[in-house]
Amino acid sequence: MSFLRAVALVARKDLLSELRSREQAVTLFFFALLVLVVFNFAFDFTVIEFVSLGPGILWVAFIFSGVLALSHSFQIEREKDRILGILMSPIDRSAFYLGKVLATSLFMAAVEAVIVPVSVLMFNYRFSGRIGAAILVFVLNTVGFAAVGTLFSAMTTRTRRGELLLPLLLFPAAVPIALAAVKTTSHVLAGRPFRLYASWVALTSAYDVIFLAAAVLLFDSVLEE
Amino acid sequence: MTAEAGPGPGAGPDGAPPPALLARGLGKRYGALVALHGLDLAVRRGECVLLLGPNGAGKSTLLGIFATIIRPNEGRIAIFGASPREGDPAALRRRIGLLSHQTFLYDHLTAFENLRFYARLYSLPDPDRAAASALRSARLLERAHDLVRTYSRGMQQRLAIARALLHAPDILLLDEPFSGLDRESIDRLQECLREERRAGRTCLLATHDFAAARPLADRVVVLRAGRLVADRQARGLDDASLEGLFRDATLPPATGAQAP
Repeated sequence: MSFLRAVALVARKDLLSELRSREQAVTLFFFALLVLVVFNFAFDFTVIEFVSLGPGILWVAFIFSGVLALSHSFQIEREKDRILGILMSPIDRSAFYLGKVLATSLFMAAVEAVIVPVSVLMFNYRFSGRIGAAILVFVLNTVGFAAVGTLFSAMTTRTRRGELLLPLLLFPAAVPIALAAVKTTSHVLAGRPFRLYASWVALTSAYDVIFLAAAVLLFDSVLEE
Repeated sequence: MTAEAGPGPGAGPDGAPPPALLARGLGKRYGALVALHGLDLAVRRGECVLLLGPNGAGKSTLLGIFATIIRPNEGRIAIFGASPREGDPAALRRRIGLLSHQTFLYDHLTAFENLRFYARLYSLPDPDRAAASALRSARLLERAHDLVRTYSRGMQQRLAIARALLHAPDILLLDEPFSGLDRESIDRLQECLREERRAGRTCLLATHDFAAARPLADRVVVLRAGRLVADRQARGLDDASLEGLFRDATLPPATGAQAP
């Protein structure tokens, strides 16, 4: 089987399983929505501009719901030792990693696709930026977070209290992507020209490439007992 | 089934084909815990070896190392004469099937989708046909499109057997396969394993269920604290002898120092 087919096979399996169970979807959407509601109560957005706080609020919602998605992603493989079935198969283990990154990115993207319009309505904000730039920024940051998160999720799921350990390990490593996500989203929502945040986009792209490449190389060792 | 190209690097001095499974000086530590300690074992092609020992003796670790999912700290293994670290590990994994008391099945996929997923992982030429054929063999075709979570434990185990055998592996590694099964399911699993034996598959079977496993075994090896402490031919051993071997293995190892 080609490498890309194996990646797609793993991602498809996760998506199909989720479509049936809807275990994650409900949790992720309600969690992200709850974050928006809490911040809506905490700040008076008739006084504060949404562009100044909104990107931070959005990424708090996406990152925390992303942690739930990441935790679930490997928990389901550890249950019933399903991961052994995959590790014993002849597919490249980095294809398994990339399949997981793809599935998690798609789950997070689905949450973002609902929560961003909801936040626009909830905070009474008029979006004046470019849709293409917004999509680019959300995709790069989401993939970066899923890339580093999937690696740490694979490391922590076999430990006791892995769901507690995951955010403790992940958040320090995800600081660059969280900063870049808030900065770039802020520029995009304000409709500023691309050149003003091109360096942040470059940082995000470099982070994505470095973490994806490092994880592809390391993943085999991470999965070894 | 994969054809042998000739004696590999693990071939005997007389040019005989190498054993299906070979462990030499195998050691595995988990921190301070020593799971395997200088273990030597060879399993001939077509042989069924019963692996006994108390909990923590190192049975699952040994199976995990042969399954290429656990890396030993010391020693080496060879599968049909090839080292998984030096050769093509994917090619070796194709020749191994693992069945345990865990099913490896996804609850929210149907039985057919589960088997098709595994058929695709193994790049079988026609995954749909392979999945359907395996379901027919497991007598689950009429429930093929039901979610696995709606299956009983016995049905899930039948499906797990079909999954483990889907790619026609040359070696079967079995880790407590009888655990949690009712009498009927145990009989069915025994029958299935007998068929695999007749087909020439090599089996390494770790279990506490002596009665269920004894009729299948050619040889019995006993592990205690990561060491091989007994290696007997199964012929002539009854359940009481096996229990005796097991009981000896659960005794604390001799220290060598005699009490005054």
